[in-house]
Amino acid sequence: MRSYLDFERPLADLEQKLHELREYSTDSVDFSGEIKKLEKKATKLREEIFSNLTRWQRTQLARHPERPHTLDYIEKVFTDWFELHGDRNFRDDPALVCGFARLDGEPVAIIGHQKGRDTKAKVHRNFGMPNPEGYRKALRVMQMAEQFDIPVFTFVDTPGAYPGIGAEERGQAEAIARNLREMAALTVPVIVTITGEGGSGGALAIAVGNKVLMMQYSVYSVISPEGCTAILWSDGTRGPEAAEALKLTAADINELKFVIDEVIPEPAGGAHNDPAAAAEMIKAVLKNQLAELQKLTKDELVEQRYQKFRAMSMVEE
Amino acid sequence: MAWFNRRSKPPISAKESKKVQVPEGVWTKCKNCDEIIYSKEIERNLNVCPKCDYHFRISARNRISLVLDEGSFVEMDAGMESVDFLEFKDSKKYKDRIKTAVAKANGGDAIVCGEGTIEGLPVVVGVFDFGFMGGSMGSVVGEKITRAIERGHEMKKPVLIFSSSGGARMQESILSLMQMAKSSAALAKLKAAGIPFLSILTDPTTGGVTASFAMLGDLNIAEPKALIGFAGPRVIEQTIRQKLPEGFQRSEYLLEHGMVDMIVRRPEMKARLSQILHILTKS
Repeated sequence: MRSYLDFERPLADLEQKLHELREYSTDSVDFSGEIKKLEKKATKLREEIFSNLTRWQRTQLARHPERPHTLDYIEKVFTDWFELHGDRNFRDDPALVCGFARLDGEPVAIIGHQKGRDTKAKVHRNFGMPNPEGYRKALRVMQMAEQFDIPVFTFVDTPGAYPGIGAEERGQAEAIARNLREMAALTVPVIVTITGEGGSGGALAIAVGNKVLMMQYSVYSVISPEGCTAILWSDGTRGPEAAEALKLTAADINELKFVIDEVIPEPAGGAHNDPAAAAEMIKAVLKNQLAELQKLTKDELVEQRYQKFRAMSMVEE
Repeated sequence: MAWFNRRSKPPISAKESKKVQVPEGVWTKCKNCDEIIYSKEIERNLNVCPKCDYHFRISARNRISLVLDEGSFVEMDAGMESVDFLEFKDSKKYKDRIKTAVAKANGGDAIVCGEGTIEGLPVVVGVFDFGFMGGSMGSVVGEKITRAIERGHEMKKPVLIFSSSGGARMQESILSLMQMAKSSAALAKLKAAGIPFLSILTDPTTGGVTASFAMLGDLNIAEPKALIGFAGPRVIEQTIRQKLPEGFQRSEYLLEHGMVDMIVRRPEMKARLSQILHILTKS
């Protein structure tokens, strides 16, 4: 059973009807005319709904329970994947997956947040919220990639770093901070893709890249809309307003010009509607971006990344 | 008349209570031990509670005068101000919040940066002002810190940042987040050049400030009993639905868990910084 967001509801009814018609179609009873008509209607309705999304609706899409997660993209975009575990200090963090694979034959390192699909998996993945050991594992693998001169791809999809007692004890802030500093100094290409939720420092800790890309229905922000309204409005229920104020969608951030490099389009109805097509779109962009970065020397890669982030401010003097 | 009918006039009328109030500012209630102390006494004690040693928050200017040699401070980027490029509005417009804060602080933003000397040793310092929008880091704070670090790099001077901040400034959304990456990247260069960076964490240092440069000191030094953490205590309590342990996220707790090198009381700070810097720079 597919799950639908509130604003997808009208679409859900149509698709249910379509599903039934297909089910009842036999050699003797032909609904093909009817089915075609409904399909056309569904496509039109989808276009209508998706051309008028609010920022809050886009945020919900970024968190859609059926949205492809890092491991889905790894399976569809790369080959020869093997996962590496543990930060060599404390434990393995399932909320952040790391490993190596090939992109059209080319060896690459992959780092990404991982959310679960069903309840058990969600808990196991801690809803995609890493602990310090997750960030330390990520850094270990990124620096290993550097050691073997292999480019790094990261996939960002987290509500944020986990706010817990253990996380604080083991230095959540220090783990994130260290990643920011060390990623800035990596001598291999680093390509970041925000696939779903780019939640604050927990996202940024694997997002200091030469190229930063956002999928069409992803969001990226200093704080979640809920967190923002809890603090600024002292009322956690005004997420829709906060989403408007934070201007957190891919389109908004692309308008600032210097924060992200490209918005990756998604199939009609969002990546969850056609994960295979979404993966194709990502793959094409990643290959192009990598080819471009491979023209740079190690020093140039570090300098290009530094200057990219150096330019990020708007002040009055 | 039955006792329950005997309602007299309200105990103390508003007018009367006003009479017994002392002029504001003469006495200060310590936030830690609740002791009521003569304000001048606290000031004489470098804004440290004489009863419980709680270190009150102090302004950036005040901190600079306590740490740098007298008259040595030369400010950098004093005129840099925040811009409301998103036209952010919550209960109030960001534009108006900036205006109010700038008027109150007489210009600037949540950090004061510049060059000076500590017992003769040239340094670059950045000092947060918690009074300016909770010391929050937006473009201005991130840019000033980055320039301070770059100045230290260029002039081969140690860099010191005194943090006191609630974290990233929400009103600048994604750009506030990016200040964390920008300032940390500048520290990568400083580190490679072998120039010391000391991070001094004062009450409170949380969120995106802790999760970037503030935790990246060659030495992390805390003032006593300062709140230091990534997530705020309220957020953690709401997430895990448990009460937090005593002393959680205080300097002493961070020292115990290996996140800061030492806790230094305000009256000893200057001498200690001087000692550390002279050793690290072999001077």
